[in-house]
Parts: sequence; C-alpha cells; structure tokens
Amino acid sequence: MSVVEPEVDDEEVSSNDLVDATATEVLRAGVRASPELRKGFVVSVTFAMVVAAGRLVVPVSIQQILDRGFTSDGPDWGFIVGACIAAYVAIMVLAVLDRVTLLRLLTTAENVLYGLRTRAFAHVHDLSLAHHSETKRGVLVARVTSDIEVLAQFASWGAISWVVNLTLIVVAIAALAVYQWQLALIVVVVLLPIVPAMRIVQKRQLRAYDNHRSRVADTLSAISETIGGVRVLRSYGAVRRARRELHESIEKQYRTQLVARFYFAIMFPLSDLFSGLALAAVVGVGVWWGPGWGMAAGTLVAAVFITNLIVQPVAEIGEVLDQTQTALAGWRKVLDLLEEPVEVAEPEHSATLAPGALRVDVEGVRFEYEPGRPVLHDIDLHIPAGANVAVVGETGSGKSTLAKLLCRLADPSAGRVCVGGVDLRDLGRTERAAAVRLVPQDGFLFDATLVDNVRYGRPDATDDEVMEAFRSLGLAEWVESLPEGVNTPAGERGDALSVGERQLVALARAELADPGLLILDEATSSVDPETERRLSHALATLAEGRTTISIAHRLSTAEAADRVVVFDAGRIVQDGTHEQLVAEGGVYGGLHRSWIGNTRT
Amino acid sequence: MSAPTHAQSDELVPEDETPGSPDPLEAVNPPLESADESALSISLGAKLIVRFVRMHPGPFVLSIIGGVGWAAMIVAASIVLGRVTDEVIEPAFSTGIDGGTVWWAVGALVAVGALRGLAVVVRRWFGSVTEARMQRSLRSAVADRLLSMPMGSYRNRPTGQLLATSDVDVTTATQMLMPLPFSLGVIALVVFSLASLWSADPWFALVAVLLFPTLAWLSRYYTTKVHEPAARVQQKLGRVSAIAHESFDGAMVVKTLAREEAESDRFDAASWDLAQERIGLARMTSIFEPLIIMLPNLGMVTLLLVGAARIESGGTTIGDLVQAVALFGWLAFPMRIVGFLFQSMPRAVVSIARVDDLLAEPEDPAYATTPDPAATPGTDHSDTPGTVTTPLPEGPLSLELDDVRFGFGGTEVLRGVSFAARPGEVLALVGSTGSGKSTLVNLLAHLDRPTSGTIRLGGVDTDELDPDELRSAISVAFQESYLFARSIADNIALGRRVSEEETERALKRSLAKGFVEELPDGSGTVVGERGVTLSGGQRQRVALARALAGSPRVVIADDATSAVDPVVESQILETLRDGDTTMLVVAHRLSTITLADRIVHMRDGRVRAVGTHRELLDDPDYVALVTAYERDEVLASAGEDGSP
Repeated sequence: MSVVEPEVDDEEVSSNDLVDATATEVLRAGVRASPELRKGFVVSVTFAMVVAAGRLVVPVSIQQILDRGFTSDGPDWGFIVGACIAAYVAIMVLAVLDRVTLLRLLTTAENVLYGLRTRAFAHVHDLSLAHHSETKRGVLVARVTSDIEVLAQFASWGAISWVVNLTLIVVAIAALAVYQWQLALIVVVVLLPIVPAMRIVQKRQLRAYDNHRSRVADTLSAISETIGGVRVLRSYGAVRRARRELHESIEKQYRTQLVARFYFAIMFPLSDLFSGLALAAVVGVGVWWGPGWGMAAGTLVAAVFITNLIVQPVAEIGEVLDQTQTALAGWRKVLDLLEEPVEVAEPEHSATLAPGALRVDVEGVRFEYEPGRPVLHDIDLHIPAGANVAVVGETGSGKSTLAKLLCRLADPSAGRVCVGGVDLRDLGRTERAAAVRLVPQDGFLFDATLVDNVRYGRPDATDDEVMEAFRSLGLAEWVESLPEGVNTPAGERGDALSVGERQLVALARAELADPGLLILDEATSSVDPETERRLSHALATLAEGRTTISIAHRLSTAEAADRVVVFDAGRIVQDGTHEQLVAEGGVYGGLHRSWIGNTRT
Repeated sequence: MSAPTHAQSDELVPEDETPGSPDPLEAVNPPLESADESALSISLGAKLIVRFVRMHPGPFVLSIIGGVGWAAMIVAASIVLGRVTDEVIEPAFSTGIDGGTVWWAVGALVAVGALRGLAVVVRRWFGSVTEARMQRSLRSAVADRLLSMPMGSYRNRPTGQLLATSDVDVTTATQMLMPLPFSLGVIALVVFSLASLWSADPWFALVAVLLFPTLAWLSRYYTTKVHEPAARVQQKLGRVSAIAHESFDGAMVVKTLAREEAESDRFDAASWDLAQERIGLARMTSIFEPLIIMLPNLGMVTLLLVGAARIESGGTTIGDLVQAVALFGWLAFPMRIVGFLFQSMPRAVVSIARVDDLLAEPEDPAYATTPDPAATPGTDHSDTPGTVTTPLPEGPLSLELDDVRFGFGGTEVLRGVSFAARPGEVLALVGSTGSGKSTLVNLLAHLDRPTSGTIRLGGVDTDELDPDELRSAISVAFQESYLFARSIADNIALGRRVSEEETERALKRSLAKGFVEELPDGSGTVVGERGVTLSGGQRQRVALARALAGSPRVVIADDATSAVDPVVESQILETLRDGDTTMLVVAHRLSTITLADRIVHMRDGRVRAVGTHRELLDDPDYVALVTAYERDEVLASAGEDGSP
C-alpha cells in the first residue's frame, strides 16, 4: 500500500548530526545552485535591520519621557508631545518599510523554490531509467514535492525568523549597551543558556516525534491491512487476532504521542522562565548598582522593556534550530539530486535515419545494474530491416533489459546498440523517439483524453490524424463505443481503461509516430476476449513494414515470428525459426513442450 | 518586524499534526472549505466540544485551569513590574533602598515568570492528554467497526476513504482540543487585563477597549481573507505533486516519447502558478504582520501620552504606566491567534461527521466486537458463539449449490446458481467479467450469505456447520493475493496452528519453495514495503500456499494464478489435483481450463452449462469465451485432436 509508505529515508535521522558540521557547505552549495537567492538579498537584510531598530521606538520613548519629559518642575509638555509625535511617525514609517522588506524576503524565497523545484524535476527526467525501481520513484517524487515543501515551510517561517530575530537581538543588545553596557552583558549571560536548554529538549522531542511517527505509520499500515486483507482475515479466522493487534498498535501510538507531547509541553515555557530570570537580573543589578553608574530611573525602565524584546526572539531562534536542520537536510537531498550525473547524455548533433524499417545491430553488449553483476553478457544480435523477431526466456533472463537498451532507457556497460546502422548514442532524443517505439506492458496513460494521449506520440498531429491512426489499426469502432469517443478521459494513469485497452491506445500512439523499429512488451496478464481480438489485429497491422521485436510470453507470438531468440541467464542460447528451435530442443524445446502440453489436450 | 506567521500554528498545533507535506489522504477527504463561517458549524462545533468533554472530562478541566492560570500570571507579571517600578526602581534612584527590597523584587519577577511557564505546561500537557485519549477512543471505535462491518459496507466505501477516515479525520476532529483551553485562556486574559487596567487607571482601560477589539477584528479579518488563497495554495501544491507523481510513474513513456521537455513545461507552469499564488498570499501577510505590530506600538505611545497627563494630575503613578505598557506588549500576541479555534472548528465538524458515518455501519454478527477473551494467545477460534452444529463426513467432500441467489445495491448478481462438484473433483468456473464468479467465491468463503438457496459441503448445509470447521475445510485463494507485511511463514499461517513441515509442504505444492528458499531468510523473510518485494506471480503462489497450509479438503482458487507464468500455473494445478481435494478454479486461460475435470460456464448470474471442455466446445458462446486469449492454441487443439 503506497498510501502508508511515509517516504522517510533512513539517512535522515543520522544525518541530523552531520548537518551541523556541513551547514555552511550546504548553504554555499545552495546559494551556488540558486542564483535567485543572491538577488537583492543584501538590501533586504539592511531593511530588516532598520525595521528591527524600529522596535526600540517604544522603550526609547519611555526612557526619554520619564527621564527628560518629567523634570523636577513637572512635565515638559512640549517635549512629551514632540516625542510622542516623533514616535507615531517613526512607528508608521517603519511599518511601511516592514511590509516592503517582508514581501521582498518572501518573494525571493518563492523564486528560489520555484527554480529549485523545476530544475530538480527536469533533472529527474534526464537521469537514466535503468535504476528506476518503484521505491526509487517514490524518493524522486519526494525530492520535488515534500523535500522542497520542507524548504518552503522553512523559507516562510524559519529563514525569515533567522533574519528578523537575529537582527532584532543584535540591535536590541546594542541599544542596551548604549544605555548601560553592564546590563547588556547580564542579559546575554542570562539568556544564553536558553539556546542549549531548548536544544536538549528539542533533540529529545525530535526523537520522541520520530518514534511517534513510526507508530502512526504502523497503525496506518495495520488499518490498511485490515481493509485490504479483510476477505483473507475473515475467511482464515484471523479477525480476533487482527483486532488485538490493531488495538495494541493504537495503544502504542497513544503512548508515544504522550511522550512527544510532554516535551512539547515543557519546551516553549522555558522562555517564560528565562524571561523572568532576565528581568529579575536587570532590575536587581540596575537598582543596586545603577545609581552608582549614573543611570536614571527611566533608563532602567527602558532596559526592562528592551530585555522583554530580546527574550522572545532568542526563544524563537531556539525553536527554529531544529527546523533549520531539517530544512538543510532536505536542501542537501535536493542538491544531491541535482548533482547526480546524467548517464545517458544526449549528443550535441543528432544523426539522421532514413524512413522505413530499420535494421538492428547489437554488438558485444554487456549490461550491469550493479558493477560486477552483469545481467547481459556479450550479446550479439543482428536483425535485418523488416524482420519480425520474438524474444523469449524466463523472468530475469535479460530479455526486458534488452528492450530497455534498444530504446536507450540506459546505455550498455560495454558494446553498442545500433539502429539503422547508427549508434543509439548518436541519435537525438526526438529522432530516437520517432524511429524507435516501445509499447510497454502496462500501457501507461496520462490523465488526459485519449486523443491527447495518442498525440503524445507526435505532438503536431491533428485530431483527424489521431482518428486515422485508430482507424488504420481497426480501432475506430472501439473508440466510438467509448462514452465520449476520442475525447474520453483516460483517468489517472489510464485507470479508466483496462490494461488491454491502454495497450490499444499505446499502439495507436505508435502508429501515429510511424517508427521504423517497434518493440512490444507483451502483457502477461489476461485481457478480456474482445480486447484481445482487437489487440492482435491492431498489432499485426502495426507491424507491417516495420522491424518488430516482441518480448513474447505466448506461444502464438513466437510461432508467428520470423525468428525466435531465446534468452537464458543473460545470454542468447538459441536463435532460429520456431520450427528449427522446436526440433533443436534445448531451452526452447522445454518451453514449447510445456506450452503444448498444457494447451493441447 | 517579526516573523510570527507560524507562531500561530506553533503555539497551538504540535509538530506531529502540522501538515509538512501534501498529504495523500487529505486529498481523498478534502476539508470543507466553504463551511467556514456558518453559524451552523459553530453550533455543531459546540456540540462536538460537549461530547468530547463528556468523554474525557478530567484532563480537559485541568487544561482549562492551566489556560486561565496562564492568563492570571501574565496580568500578575505586569502588576509586579508596575509595583517594582514604583517601590523599587523609583526609590532606588531617588531615596535609595535596602538589600531586602531588591531581593523582594528579584524574587517576585522570577516567581511570576516561573508560574507563567508552569501554567503553560499544565495547559499543554492536559490538553494533549485530552486530545490523545480522544483520538485513541475514536480510532479504536473505527478499527472495531472496520473489522466487524459486513462486506456490503466495504463495497460502498473506497479503500482510500476508509483509510482517510480512520487517520486524518480522527486527527482533524480532535485538533480543536488543543486551541480550546488556549482560547478560553485568552478570554480570561482580556477580562483580567481590563480589570487590572481599570484599577490602575480607567483611562488606560479606555485605550485598551479601543485597541484590542481592533486587533482581534483585524486578525479575524486576515484569517478569513487568507482562507481562500491558502486553500488555493494547497490545491496548486496538490497539482504540482500530482504532476510529479504522474510524470515519474510514467517516466518510461515520457522517455520513449521524448516528452521530457513537454513534461518540464507542464511542471514549470504548475510550479509557477504555485509560486504566484504563494506570493499573493505573502502580499497579504506582509500587510497584516506589520499592522499587527504597529497597532500595539501606537497604543503604547498613546498610553505614554495619556499616562503623562494622568501622572501630572496625580491620578496614576509611573508604576501604573509601566504596568499598562508591559501588559499591552504581552496582550498583542494572544489577541491575534484567538481566532484559531474558529478556524479549526468547521474542519473538525466535517471530519467527525465522516467518522460518525462510518461508525453508523451495521455489524456483521459473525465478526461483532465481543469482549476479548484472547488474553490467552493462540485461541483464535469461533468468531461466532457456537450454536447447534453438524459435523462433516470423513473423506473427500462434495460441494453443492442449490438455487443460490445473491444481490447488492438493488441488482441481483446471482440469479439461482446450482451445480455440484463431486468429492475430489476439479471444477473450472468460467465466465466473462460480471458473470458473478467472484461474488460466488465470496459466498463460498462465507464472507457473504446467500439471499436464498443453500450451499452444501459433504451434504451438510454450510449454515449448520461450525464456522471453524467450515473454515478449516474450505480454503480460498483470492484473486488479489493479499500479503501482510510480515514473514512469509506468518502470512501462510495467519494465526492458525500450522507446523513448519506443513508450511514447507504448502510452499512446495504451490511451487513457491524454490524462490522462497532463495530469499534472505527463507520463509522467515518479511514481505512488504520495507522488506523483499515479490513479483505478482510470486505473491500469488505464497497466497496459494496459505490456502493449502491448513490441509483443506476443498480449495477455491479465484483466478489465483493469473500472474503466474502459464507453464508454471499448469504445473501447480497438476500437483494440486490429488483426488482427495475437491477444487473449484476460477480460470481464464485455456491451459488452466482444460486441466479441470469439468467446467461450469456462468453467464449473467446463472449457470449456462456444466460439462467437460470437449462437450462445451459445441457452444459457440463458450468457444468465444475461452478462445479469446489463446485462439491459436484452441484451434490447434480442436484440429490436432490430442496428438502432441
């Protein structure tokens, strides 16, 4: 059940500690990868500092009014009103500047994220497909969605919080130092432990949440297994056991949730405690030694208010530290993805191919997914133009890998694959797609109408041409039987159609592109009778005048081919016509015997 | 300037509930966006709160005490600060003070800080306990219902929806339990503050009365205003991730069609949309945030002006002024998030409605929640209390269906099905999609009960059999071959007493022994997301081994080998046919069909014909059905007439 897979990499937890050391590296690499980040950043930070200074308007006004407004002869109204008007104006002007700054910072963040996201996406499609397993795909999707989303969350809060709070702390401490440097020193000394104290709680909280999250995932998988496996559970009498396990799992989730919430409960109030301590220290020291230092009462009151201003930002920075780490880890993952080398590089100038059927030459090809473990050994295969070849063999014999190499989803580790006399590596993307067409087993369709899905085979085709493609394959009647004809939506991944019908669309797509080499990956699963008849007819029509290589699972396909190539353990073990191979025996003989034995009674 | 956009979510929604990434479940059950302000949802929300409080009153009351205590401590802190100003700071710079007074000031400031922190701890902790207990209660109720509701209820509810209800909806429904004590605390804070300001100087209270409603209104206005754009951002984010999913899933097609650039364009456009939408949101945020900081600051300067006049007239002291200014500073933050409760309420109401809807499903008496005596493990028997039962005869069993009918959703799927399998016979069940084969399998597995008609096993009506005996006599291998994320051996035993030898034998019979032995831990290997992933055919063979493990006397295979190579499939079926086991095989492939002794041909919920393959070949409808997949073969078979 993919729903419950939390797409968590195991590296994530352990990498947290690593990130501390490499935070600057990630930052540097991140800035390099995102030129958008540098644009106007210095100006934004300068603005932020001015705005932060604006937060001092109220404490300074208090100090001024208390110390200078109230003279021994009573209040100096000229000064008080003047000071207040100045304060009003300053507060409003700075609010406008605040808006400008905030918008600048947030816009920069969005531009950076947009750039990162789109570059990562494009890069994924440039990577070789050889290693794309289902899990790997999930990870890649996570890179351009949730990992970048973590960054986005960080950008809209954590990153801004760093800029804003750090400048606020610096400015406030500077102001305090101007009033009385000893007080600034005391505040720094008292508040400094907040950060490590919060770090300690936070680390435990993080661990507790990790723990909780895996329990949540456990419960969710238990529930999804209950739903998905309900028939099995009931017919095998395992309901009571399932119930017990489900309740255990819910109970565990509850307990881990409470542990995590405990840290949550004590985390933030730490700042209340420290704020009390800092105020007490400032007041205590101020009243005891202040008069001796020549301070005025108003100055001390201002110092109290400034201290109040500092506590909150320090606590907030303590809080975003963790988010910062997660964001840096996510950022690094995205950057790593961008740095993954493109193995299947496109040539600068594409060779061209003559139209019509293409010959295929596979010369000394070896292929390994993992170094040292080849799945294809020294394959030599020459197929004349226009031939119809069936490739057979057991699962894992290497026949599907050959199909991948023929349409250059990966490059061979050694040797070369030539189509129409040209090395596939010398053919550009578009030329290759036009000349070589793979019709995959599952017939993946995009969530668009049939006509658009077919047009993906040749983007400039008109609706009429698409319809013509269906018609020439004898599929016009089928298309018309669909609820909205060619405009029927295919649904997510083509779910609105059956497997067989999806293949029909894939065939029409291939017909439209008019390739010289057709590679068919035959479906193994059963297809309903009507569709099956349409498929075989369409296939026969499509194959005319082209070189066709079928990864065959059926006897009929092998029998109908001009030539059968038998794969076993990554090598070609037999090659000839069906009749020859049957006579020869060997691997094919075995396959054929069981085919025949089981189908002809 | 400040960046407290998230202070909202941070103060009220603990990390485990903050949506970090687009949630696939959220997409299935999207929260109702429009119901936001309706008075209806608020009254429903109030009802929901009462219901929750009734379920777990203790911790809830404590959390409210924490919330109110916190409010009291904030006001207390401002009072302390005011007193300290008048009685410690002022004298210190004029007349001088003694050490004891200083210590009094220091102690009081530390104490109010610490108590305020403590109140927050109490509020958060007991709020969390309330929420967690609520979630546990709801989750358990949902889980029980999933286990006990009849199969018919499953047919009406998509899996994704069920999952979402048991996870996201339960969480969302209870999510207002955290903001609730906080919001009550804020209300207390307003009351306490006004009282303390009034007693300090009524003019201060007047400034507050002008300022704070403005703040609350502004914050409410902003929350309402960003609601839609925020929902649009979520939507666009969903679109971005849908494109990524689709595009990467179809990476092979994208590559073979050279559509990389077109895909990138598509993704760029969606990402650009998302970025623009977010910048639009930032535009609102960047007006709101500075305003919300500016207003209290303006208020504080006004206080200074008013205060100066009042001090001159002797109506108030500098300490009172300091107290008021400090309180203004502390009030600003809570005022802006008090609306959070109202924001989470409509979602909670919608979610609880979905949970309740699921809980309203009936229970199938056979699986109803009974007090669990299973503290003793391994006694996983008799899901139904035993009534009078008839034992099964010895030896191979016959299987007879007599005018069996079944329907759901108003349509009759089985319209009187009758046929019989002789003891030890292998029957193939064929028919086009929708002919009722899988429904029939559900009835045979006793998952559904026929509307009328009887199913007899060894001559005994299955309704009169002990459910345990029935289960051990009939084993079903289902089409979808569901494997649980545990070891292969566990998957085969499923809590039954199955010895290691039996497991081995079952694996051997389903031709799964070979590949299972090659797995890292053999039959101890865990299958599933994190473990080894098996191919479709391998999964089916393990599921088949499960069906064979209890030494059943009747095996029903519902297209259970469709993903297995035809050659292997035939070998498996050949080994299963031992003369003692009666078998009913739902089949599509000709190679499978021809292995059966006789074939039951179903059409439109009825049996069209029963006979050997050869006999049925006279029926063109049958021929069309079974020849579709491998036409060549059947033609050859008819022509060559048995010669190899």
